[in-house]
Amino acid sequence: MREVGRQPLRHFLGVEGLSRETLTEILDTAEGFMAFGSRAVKKVPLLRGRTIVNLFFEPSTRTRTTFDLAAKRLSADVLNLNVEASSTRKGESLLDTLWTLQAMNCDMFIVRHGLSGAAAFIAAHVAPGVRVINAGDGRHEHPTQAMLDCATIRRHKGRFEGLSVAIVGDIAHSRVARSGIHALRTLGVEDLRVVGPKTLIPVGIEELGVSVYHVLERGLEGVDVICGLRLQQERMQGALLPSAAEYYRCYGLTPERVARAKPDAIVLHPGPINRGVEIESQVADGPQSTILEQVNVGIAVRMAIMSLAMGSHAGVAEDA
Amino acid sequence: MQQEGRIIQDVVQVAGLLDQMAVEIAERALACNRSPLHMIGVRTGGLWVAAALHRRLGLASPLGELNIAFYRDDFSQLGLHPSVAPSNLPFDVEGAHILLVDDILYTGRTVKAALNEIFDYGRPASIILAVLLDRGGRELPVAADITGVTMTLKPGEQAKLTAADELSLRLFQTA
Repeated sequence: MREVGRQPLRHFLGVEGLSRETLTEILDTAEGFMAFGSRAVKKVPLLRGRTIVNLFFEPSTRTRTTFDLAAKRLSADVLNLNVEASSTRKGESLLDTLWTLQAMNCDMFIVRHGLSGAAAFIAAHVAPGVRVINAGDGRHEHPTQAMLDCATIRRHKGRFEGLSVAIVGDIAHSRVARSGIHALRTLGVEDLRVVGPKTLIPVGIEELGVSVYHVLERGLEGVDVICGLRLQQERMQGALLPSAAEYYRCYGLTPERVARAKPDAIVLHPGPINRGVEIESQVADGPQSTILEQVNVGIAVRMAIMSLAMGSHAGVAEDA
Repeated sequence: MQQEGRIIQDVVQVAGLLDQMAVEIAERALACNRSPLHMIGVRTGGLWVAAALHRRLGLASPLGELNIAFYRDDFSQLGLHPSVAPSNLPFDVEGAHILLVDDILYTGRTVKAALNEIFDYGRPASIILAVLLDRGGRELPVAADITGVTMTLKPGEQAKLTAADELSLRLFQTA
């Protein structure tokens, strides 16, 4: 069930179930943080004295560094923990790691984990007052990525109603796609398409309110926004795809194919990009690409989500 | 939104107060050799007052807008205040003479937050504070340099500036 009305964010574990008001509040708040990169002091004192832990059980460069920078711009102290290389290797359980960190009086955990539901599991076990933000869990959700994609789209298009959006690639294994579908549908995108080979599109996905295309040229016809997805190399070993070259031949975003979309269409990609696999350099570096802009928007969106979550224990803010 | 109660007084001469404030600001800037003067209004009410003063003074430098939502000291009690419009200071704060404008001076916490934010843009040469109404009740050692009107409000009384056709200042008795 999708909730209605503005909910105070406690944890931010997924987009699914959040109301349009809540998502819009995140986008509006992010807009306020957008101009910070150009100031002399790129910081606000909102989270001064709070400790935020980047708890990454999976490798990540841009998500971790943008969370890191977002927390620092809110004046929080940040602990970057690459758990792959730490005590879990020595046999410590997830909860023991968590208790240890909690004993250091940390206020927020940013969690990336290979298993779906890991962030929710941690959220269920943290002390009251401690916040958890999902930075990607298995194939489940990557909600901050979806929100930064929506923020990028709104900056360019100014609205969601009436837009046609195509998400292209490995929908089946993509937490970015799953969060993106929930977010875009909730915000009012009616013509939402998923495009990819049959092996990479889950059966029954139409129930989420999307239409399925297997031919890229048709899926891109007249769209305002193209969201590319990273093709994970490991999928090639699972016999889901013949080869990267074959994938590029059918589903690579080339200038000719992008030309099927509206002339002012934008091309998003969460990165890291595989040039010549899911996207051609001419598109990735071209004028319609928002790939680098998304990195900066991502900082503002993560600042918004962290401050909304951290401030929510006081209940809903009121005018004073 | 706070509940508005019974109206107890309309301060009708807002335009007259603004005229008089503009004269005082011009005199003061001249006397202290604070030129060029850059004006900053605190969202939302302070920005209305600032825009009115900016017109009267005919300042060359564009009007700056400050949204102090990210600098408030009640974040841990109230959370983030809903705010859309970001701050925008369209001039170099470093070394500038600044006139900070707010509508109502009460506890002094907004002014403190505004000063903190301004300093994150640079180190100004000087800042003077102008307010339309000083309603008393200070919790911090803050005073205005230029005041439109001073009225000490009793407990349960609220002041609110609204901008329909023109600015109007009202006092309410809240329940």
